[in-house]
Amino acid sequence: MLRKAIAFAALGLFLTAGPVLAGTTEKEPQNVHWSFEGPFGKFDTAQVQRGYKVYREVCSACHAMEQMYFRNLGQKGGPFYDPEFKNPNDNPYVKSLAKDIQVKDIDSDTGDVIQRAAGTADRFPSPFPNEPAARASNGGALPPDLSVIVKAREGGPQYIYSLLTGFRNPPAGLTLGAGLHYNPWFPGDLSSSWSGAHDKVPEGGAIAMAPPLAAGKVTFDDKSPSTVEQQAKDVVAFLAWASDPKATERKQFGVGAMIYLLIFSVLLWFSYRRVWRNIGH
Amino acid sequence: MSGHSTYEPKSGFERWLDVRLPILRFANDTVVTFPTPKNLNYWYTFGGILALMLGIQIVTGIVLAMHYVPHIDMAFNSVQRIKRDVNYGWLIQGMHANGASMFFLAVYVHMFRGLYYGSYKAPREVLWLLGCVIYLLMIITGFFGYVLPWGQMSFHGAVVITNLIGALPIVGPAITTWLWGGFAVDDATLNRFFSLHYLLPFVIAGVVALHIWALHVPGNSNPKGVEVKSDADTVPFHPYYTVKDGFAISVFLLLYASFVFFAPDILGDAVNYVKANPLVTPAHIVPEWYLLPFYAILRAVPDKLLGVLTMGGAIACLFVLPWLDTSKVRSMRYRPAIRLWYFIFFVVCIILGFCGAHAPDDQLIRGVAGMQIGDANINSFVWLSRFATLYYFAYFLVITPLIGLTETPLPVPESISEPILSHPAAMPAGAAASPEMRG
Repeated sequence: MLRKAIAFAALGLFLTAGPVLAGTTEKEPQNVHWSFEGPFGKFDTAQVQRGYKVYREVCSACHAMEQMYFRNLGQKGGPFYDPEFKNPNDNPYVKSLAKDIQVKDIDSDTGDVIQRAAGTADRFPSPFPNEPAARASNGGALPPDLSVIVKAREGGPQYIYSLLTGFRNPPAGLTLGAGLHYNPWFPGDLSSSWSGAHDKVPEGGAIAMAPPLAAGKVTFDDKSPSTVEQQAKDVVAFLAWASDPKATERKQFGVGAMIYLLIFSVLLWFSYRRVWRNIGH
Repeated sequence: MSGHSTYEPKSGFERWLDVRLPILRFANDTVVTFPTPKNLNYWYTFGGILALMLGIQIVTGIVLAMHYVPHIDMAFNSVQRIKRDVNYGWLIQGMHANGASMFFLAVYVHMFRGLYYGSYKAPREVLWLLGCVIYLLMIITGFFGYVLPWGQMSFHGAVVITNLIGALPIVGPAITTWLWGGFAVDDATLNRFFSLHYLLPFVIAGVVALHIWALHVPGNSNPKGVEVKSDADTVPFHPYYTVKDGFAISVFLLLYASFVFFAPDILGDAVNYVKANPLVTPAHIVPEWYLLPFYAILRAVPDKLLGVLTMGGAIACLFVLPWLDTSKVRSMRYRPAIRLWYFIFFVVCIILGFCGAHAPDDQLIRGVAGMQIGDANINSFVWLSRFATLYYFAYFLVITPLIGLTETPLPVPESISEPILSHPAAMPAGAAASPEMRG
């Protein structure tokens, strides 16, 4: 019975995972192992810290993270959590990270728009004042907000990693417009830019984002090698944490809840057997 | 609610209350001493599971409504804020979103159980009708709820579904405008959907009360499909079914918790984590898994109005089922002629779900281009859903009435506690063929 129920639920999963877009193609994401996978997975703090640096020094030039506040970096489960400072707003390291960034504010005396150093209660500032400005600076394309990007893409962390490391020289016969870059992992339909055989249209799409990462672009404080793969892995870990900052707490709570329910079910099973012992049915 | 009350007030206060408002007597007769057939199996525990799910949805929903902001510019962020900053918001939101899926999973098991054991037959037609009303209200409530996070799928799903109503002649466009509160899905739409999403669960709770009332007048059906004849056939609801339902609920909660804690987004669509943008249509608009079969039926028909009517008809079939079934025998345990058709019907519903998840023109078998008949490519999900839709309706409108008239059912036991007396040889066959685990 239960097996059937589970199978039915699993089927539900399968149905939602099913859709394939007609005309659009992309490569299957690479299979990368993450420390935060599975019911017991946890974020690798050092990796998420490095990932924050990659976001701050590279991605944040174009991508906003409007759900994120600096205080989130120092909250429990966050990359810069310090048990000495339960309130992340007191965490001196988080304060100093915030102070490096300028945010817009209103001068309360004059009403003028001013720039000031960010505090822990400030949101991550957006690189562009509005959507048209963002599009104007990026050849008409809108850099998506990265707050929940790992949840907002089919394939999650594997997809983002594959995309970041997946820029390739376009194959002969593929002519892309100015400001577009070939990436086999980016979902798209390249048939209109393809001059080769009809049944050999390359997988993937044309993305307006130029290859963002390069070897040595970010210097990691812990002497990790600054390869494209390392940068990509680290920033994906950071984005995965930012997309679901309560993931570790949720899983730990879940293990307790499952054990509780399991014991409760066993007790109820024996109670059931005992209550029904004299009933022929 | 029916029959003789055995409640005896024990204290002075209970005696005092009993002549003024016999609410304790009512509770006692309803959930303590209520005589329940003793042969109910685990398929019958889903009623209790559903009552619990309704409770969970209402309680988590009330808390969510304290933090949610029904405004197109803020709804998406407010849901994120609930998950990030509200104390245990991730848990409450996760329970609510996955609770909807679990609610539908349970209601489908409950409905297929009712179909198999003929629970809709006299004298339980009103009970069944009320159940259909609850299911319909659940669909509407679930749809309104899915719109609230205001992601891409929320918005474009709302556009697609509300436009369907516009296909109705004469009144359609007016109803659509009225639903929208304007001329497009916008802030007014979100506001009224939020209001209705808060209202309808209480309507459901009211109909559930009627459903339980209608259950307690004729009493439960049971896997043998024979009515209760004597006290030997029944046990009091408490403790026998409180403990059995309790065990089933606990196991069901294990499944529910595994989604909430370890895969909270797996039943949803990644696209709904992108804020709604009316100018960008997702490549593939699909409803949540529990509505996919109806979505497939809708798309199986090339004409929009006929598609909407067919989809409505698919639900309408459930309402008229008690009068379509001509069989004198209630439980399919003793109706071998229809059992196979029933299991095909179950598989067809699953197939319709698959069809709903795929684009209509997707190839069923990848890389096989042929199977062209005229201008129709049979190797496509739309054609599969057409055949499946045909079977869906045939099951209700042709198979069920015909088999009831032509079948030769197995001998039915005299009573719940007695085995078959007149045909001892038929007993093992009937028992072996019953697919369910005996509780």
